[in-house]
Amino acid sequence: MANNAKVREPLIHISKRDTVPLKFSIIVRTIAIVSALLLCALLASFTTKGGFFGFFVELFSGLFGTPRRIWNLLQALAILLGISLAVTPAFKMKFWNIGAEGQTLIAGLACAACMKFLGGTMPEFVLILISLIASVIAGAVWAVIPAIFKAFWNTNETLFTLMMNYVAMNLVRYFVFAWVPNGSAVVGVIPHGHLPALFGQQYLINIISVAFLTAFVYVYLKESKHGYELTVVGESENTARYIGINVKKVVIRTMILSGILCGVVGFLLVAGTAFTINDAIVGGRGFTAILVSWLGKFNPLYMILTALLTVSLQQGANQIATVNRMPGAFADLIVGIVFFFIIACEFFLKYKVKIRTKHAQNDSNVNKEVKA
Amino acid sequence: MGIINFLTAAIRFSTVFLFGSTGESLTEKSGNLNLGIPGTMCVGAVFGILGESLYLSACADPTNPNPFLAVFIPLIFSFCGAGLLGLLNSFLTTTLRCNQNVTGLTITTFGVGLTNFLGNYIDRSNFNYASKCFTTVFPFASDLGWFGQLFFSYGILVYLAIVIAILVSWFLNKTRAGLHLRAVGENPATADAAGLSVTKYRYLATSIGSGIAGLGGLFYIMDYLTGAWEYSIDAMGWLAVALVIFSVWRPNVGILGSILFGALYMAPYFLNVNFAQQELVKMIPFIVTIVVLIFTSIRNKKENQPPQSLGVSYFREER
Repeated sequence: MANNAKVREPLIHISKRDTVPLKFSIIVRTIAIVSALLLCALLASFTTKGGFFGFFVELFSGLFGTPRRIWNLLQALAILLGISLAVTPAFKMKFWNIGAEGQTLIAGLACAACMKFLGGTMPEFVLILISLIASVIAGAVWAVIPAIFKAFWNTNETLFTLMMNYVAMNLVRYFVFAWVPNGSAVVGVIPHGHLPALFGQQYLINIISVAFLTAFVYVYLKESKHGYELTVVGESENTARYIGINVKKVVIRTMILSGILCGVVGFLLVAGTAFTINDAIVGGRGFTAILVSWLGKFNPLYMILTALLTVSLQQGANQIATVNRMPGAFADLIVGIVFFFIIACEFFLKYKVKIRTKHAQNDSNVNKEVKA
Repeated sequence: MGIINFLTAAIRFSTVFLFGSTGESLTEKSGNLNLGIPGTMCVGAVFGILGESLYLSACADPTNPNPFLAVFIPLIFSFCGAGLLGLLNSFLTTTLRCNQNVTGLTITTFGVGLTNFLGNYIDRSNFNYASKCFTTVFPFASDLGWFGQLFFSYGILVYLAIVIAILVSWFLNKTRAGLHLRAVGENPATADAAGLSVTKYRYLATSIGSGIAGLGGLFYIMDYLTGAWEYSIDAMGWLAVALVIFSVWRPNVGILGSILFGALYMAPYFLNVNFAQQELVKMIPFIVTIVVLIFTSIRNKKENQPPQSLGVSYFREER
């Protein structure tokens, strides 16, 4: 018992939390976002004319200043949320698919190819349908290749899907050069196969489509047998095998679904938004979607909020940058800072931190003395 | 002499990839998958030019800077700037145990944003003079014909990259600390039980690795672009991450791998191909990496696998 007296309590003791009350998690996240925004505003007060408060004014006007901006915001939300939904089933299975960028891009390429080469030879309605099917197939193929290798040989999917992004980008650049013989490398608006503008709003159909996708993914994950199986595979592969789930099949099936969803978003991007193709059309949203999905706890309903937060920050910060004639990279900077805070605050939701106090130390000393 | 020119260009350009992949190999060996490397390389570049700019503004005659200081000051700035980002990564992934993929991608977003933002405000006058200090080391290279061109015509950072790659390789495989580092990356619980500080090794490996990677960005701006400014360093960063896999986590293999990547990157400018075909050639490094990834996983040889705990945060109370 003599050496017991030498035992030193660590200054900080970290332990896992069992459950987190909803109220607590909302408070922690709000504190994180607010302090991140205050830091950004502080940064803006050094670099912009508007100063500390001007940051919030411009941010707000960038979002809701004109009806046009509100539509743009909803459109950006739809596309980002769509890609986030696509990566979610795979993430829930702990399959780290960071290739949504490439899967969406290759789907957009397939869609653009249909619009370019089949346009004018058939009714628009049929063309749109064929473009959609082609996009979905392209996205699914791009996603299933890494999944097959993961399922059979345990090939690292993070690195595989990452590489597939760049193959897709170079492929798009190749076709852009090949389709435009004059070397300008701009495909331009393809005249056929546009999605119709509902009530005069071009973006409305995208927004409605993604709303349906959200509901679908929510039900798929929460209510379907497939959703249950992929959750079990994500939690423990051995358990899944033990209760008779075919893990290989689930991995491949889930990645095909991911690819299909990316395919739909690629189709919406080309046939419903840009009507053209270039290698920047997805613009890094395949990567941002990973953050959105993770921050939303892989729950499609929470993801609406995290996606909204992300696109609001991007659009608002862009407005600030434009007004102050700053580089557009300002938006990346703001989004990066806010994400750091949100990521860091997850720690306080997952773990309990106890700091050693004088009082506690005395207590334990007393106990030891009593034992001795 | 076409082939010599081509090889020289390939070896010179390979430096960008080699710095990035050596740093990332060191980091990944500790079990930390730092996907923030592209952003880190950007930050290395922007801090490097910040250091150069500060030095030149303090210099009595900016058109004739002291060759040692003109290289050394940006080098330190670049290493520390990128290292700080590595420190931030370690804090989030090791101390706060955040998801490594998510943290890395955020580091990249932030790093690219910070770089493009700051890059516009840094005064780059007289950088062409400072760049000369980077690009010329051996003045006698031109006297030795093709031999001199192939081996002695490069800037200081090219040689530094190769030296660092060999040193890191030696450190990982021949020293006790290197063995400990690998143990932390393979199985942190066992390493912890053996009395090694997982936190210390991961912090050091990630911060130093990020610092090394940052020098790749510095090379790109000060040597390859001779002091001009460009935003596209992050694309090079992803190729560096690919190179880590290609070299199966061995920086000494990475030297040859980076030259191959450099050759593939430079090939379109030397081959007689049109713009569209250039893009196909640029795709090759990524496809080759995928093939290596597939082969190493199918052959399943123990020594060619990624570190076992790569991408997983370690929490002592969770066994």
